[in-house]
Amino acid sequence: MLSCRQATQLMSQELDRPLSLRERLGLRLHVMICGACDNYRRHMRILRDACRRLGRGDTP
Amino acid sequence: MVMAIREDFVVVDGRTLQGSAKRGLRILVILGENAFHSCCLSAMDANREAELNALRPDLLRFARLQLRDAGAAEDAVQETLLAALTGSQNFENRSSYKTWLVSILRNKIIDIIRSQGRELPASALASDEDGDDALAETLFERNGHWKVDARPGRWADPEASFEQQQFWRVFEACLDHLPAKTARVFMMREILGLETAEICKETGISTSNCWVVLHRARVGLRACLETSWFAGGAQC
Repeated sequence: MLSCRQATQLMSQELDRPLSLRERLGLRLHVMICGACDNYRRHMRILRDACRRLGRGDTP
Repeated sequence: MVMAIREDFVVVDGRTLQGSAKRGLRILVILGENAFHSCCLSAMDANREAELNALRPDLLRFARLQLRDAGAAEDAVQETLLAALTGSQNFENRSSYKTWLVSILRNKIIDIIRSQGRELPASALASDEDGDDALAETLFERNGHWKVDARPGRWADPEASFEQQQFWRVFEACLDHLPAKTARVFMMREILGLETAEICKETGISTSNCWVVLHRARVGLRACLETSWFAGGAQC
């Protein structure tokens, strides 16, 4: 079972490389039972979205 | 014969036609392409220059954030403005003017970073590490679970935040608070949109080191945004 600290590492790496099947399953299981990491994963997507917008000049 | 054109009037055959520049342009389109090119472009240049000047502070802030070097940022913005003024035909309204300028600026910044070469040997990242490991210790218990007061909460309506200038000031401040070398790698990946393979090549760090650095940057940026914006009362 992944710890939250390990899960956050995978949630970062999934943005930079394809995870292995084992890593994907481990992460999916972890976020199903851990609300804090589920939130963290959403935050990672929001960060990426924000960075993309900033990089495109798509800001008010 | 078209004598002159300014933002608000055109002189055609000795008569002054008042109205918006747009109306003037319509008149010139009717007169033919040659008249359009000889007379309209100066007015368009004036408009474009005004628009460029208005966007200059945004461009400069963007360049400073990426390069953390006021002189290099100024150079990148100057080159961008020059390219924009001389390369008018490349802008085809396919996106907003600001988006177009930022795309030019982004390429200038990537060129500058490439020309700086390998300034990030793995050992150089060591100076960034202590602070980040300390950050991880504030977030996690020894067993690797979240500390109670560090547990990520819900972020309300990020789309609404993206519409606010104030959010972007906070976001930029959080990026600026990242340790310099961590920020360099993170911005190459997320703002400039380079693949990790190229970042490794440009910075001379290993792929796994790159992932570690990116993870640290995201941990720090997320924590900063949560504290400075999403937990700030009105947003929650």
